[in-house]
Amino acid sequence: MLRLHFRPCGNYRERYEQEMTIFETDFGRLWMGVGIVIALGVVPFLASPYMLYILNNMAIAAIAAVGLNLLIGFTGQISLGHGAFVGVGAYAAAVLATRVGLPFVVAVPLAGLVTALVGMVFGIPSVRLKHLYLTIATLAGQFIIEYLLVHWESLTGGAEGIILPEADLLGLRLVSDRSFFCVLFLIFVFLTWVAVNLVRTRYGRAFVAIRDNDRAAEGMGIPLFRYKLLAFGISSFYAGIAGALLAFYTVSITPEPFTLFLSIEYIAMIIIGGLGSISGSVFGAVFITLLNESLSWTAEFLMNTEALSRVALTIAPLREFVFGLIIVLFIIFEPRGLAELWRILRASFRLWPFAY
Amino acid sequence: MEFFLQLLINGMALGFLYGLAALGFVMIYKSSSVLNFAHGELMALGAFLFLTLSVWAGLPIPLVFLLTLAGSFALGFLVERLFLRPLIGESLIRVIMLTVGLSAMFKGLMLFIFGGNLHNYPDFLPEGLNLRFGAIQIPSVYVAAFLMGMLFLGVFGYFFKYSSQGIYMRAVADDQTAALSLGVHVRRVFALSWAIAALVAAMSGIILGIINGINVHELSAIGLKVFPVVILGGLDSIGGAIVGGVIIGLLESFTGGYVSPSLREVVPYIALVFILMVKPYGLFGLVEIERV
Repeated sequence: MLRLHFRPCGNYRERYEQEMTIFETDFGRLWMGVGIVIALGVVPFLASPYMLYILNNMAIAAIAAVGLNLLIGFTGQISLGHGAFVGVGAYAAAVLATRVGLPFVVAVPLAGLVTALVGMVFGIPSVRLKHLYLTIATLAGQFIIEYLLVHWESLTGGAEGIILPEADLLGLRLVSDRSFFCVLFLIFVFLTWVAVNLVRTRYGRAFVAIRDNDRAAEGMGIPLFRYKLLAFGISSFYAGIAGALLAFYTVSITPEPFTLFLSIEYIAMIIIGGLGSISGSVFGAVFITLLNESLSWTAEFLMNTEALSRVALTIAPLREFVFGLIIVLFIIFEPRGLAELWRILRASFRLWPFAY
Repeated sequence: MEFFLQLLINGMALGFLYGLAALGFVMIYKSSSVLNFAHGELMALGAFLFLTLSVWAGLPIPLVFLLTLAGSFALGFLVERLFLRPLIGESLIRVIMLTVGLSAMFKGLMLFIFGGNLHNYPDFLPEGLNLRFGAIQIPSVYVAAFLMGMLFLGVFGYFFKYSSQGIYMRAVADDQTAALSLGVHVRRVFALSWAIAALVAAMSGIILGIINGINVHELSAIGLKVFPVVILGGLDSIGGAIVGGVIIGLLESFTGGYVSPSLREVVPYIALVFILMVKPYGLFGLVEIERV
């Protein structure tokens, strides 16, 4: 039975369960359920392949962004190497699928685990290093992994990359955008659910404590090294899954996309979405994917217009400019990101017609 | 032996340039403890300003030089005023991410205006600077770079040691609150340190441009290579920046010469990871003592 009732303004919570609850009302829970049913049951059959392609990219980006937010937004350890970690996941999946011949179901989680291990290796400096120094260490990680992806040719195939076999989910062939959408969306929902709940457990609490003040957290009995490493591991696991899914979805992979710019793109996602907010990471992923697409629409539009086709060629670098500009604007004007805007919007609906 | 000596000299020259590039970076870190990810882009901006004024506007070189320095000084001032000022007192992640955003912005803008190709300055260095020791020769650009670098080191050493602004900057770096309570205008110091850093960055951008030609991608890559350099030398040590630069330069040059040319680009980062694990605060850096 749904409990639809008016709620007083202000914080009148009396028990911890009320404080910890994810959905404040059954109404929200209902809408979440309806949303998932619509997304799985209606969208795949109505949307065009191009829309499904965008949605799939969003889902992959959102998985990586949720993972990165667990690390940066919740644990406070800045990583500039996430683009490379996604690459590690993609290559791990590709190698597992081609050399070892593992099926999709096994290769993807295994790729996640491999990436988690790699991420933990680069997380080791976090024991001794803080903030700035750690950021620089992950930057080094980005470059070292990039180098390995290109030059470890016996494993990664060098600049030519690897072509993956068809994804196969327990006998079901995943070839169309539609079937991929269902799988990606389910994995995305599952991983987001895990993340949302992880944040509420003792591990999530410990992460937040480390973010707020790691010396104090250590004094409260949180083993810093273990938890920081765990944060790196979980975050890289998400990146690895995202990379593996990307590899299976795009079929062939090269080292080209996994550059520092990809890392910056993921960071842009979580900053625009909101640091320390799971829903924010999803908003950010949606925003950045749409931004990417609309920038390429613009470029394409200009290409097809006779008079402007020369402009189109020079406009490509503006993508980077727009990214930078959006990061800067969000940091200065809305540091809590889209998640905060969404909260304000919801609150103003809920409280209407009163101001508070 | 000659090969070795040539590598040694190339490495020293390259390292000196890294050190020079790192100088402006250390300056910002020293006075406002901001890690500037846009440093390479500031270097590129200076280099392109020089290019625009000298090639396209056709002004005489000494004038161009002064105008570039003035322009980048103003630019640094502007960047601080527009982007960094609103974030004073905000958490570190935000400020670092802001400089990451700025670097993407500048890079996109420069690629848009100048394209990703290699540009070259006209030849303006006198021939007499070309040094030869037997079979080893040092091109005049390296000599000029070395001279300019030494000049700047001297000027800034003097500035930090004796001028009142330099002393204010050191005071702010040491303890912001204490400096504030003793009447130092902290915000002005921040602005000044960004302006000076942009100026130094422009200088090193021009020198690098003379040596390798100007290319946005390359200069921004060097801006990132500043990190191994400053970590090795210690984030807050100006002398350390030069020493770190020379060590990294030698490392690159010898790896490129003896091991493999492709490994050359990553070797500074591999070294960086080891340094961070063994001696996190660098050779000359100040060890931070933390209290809750």
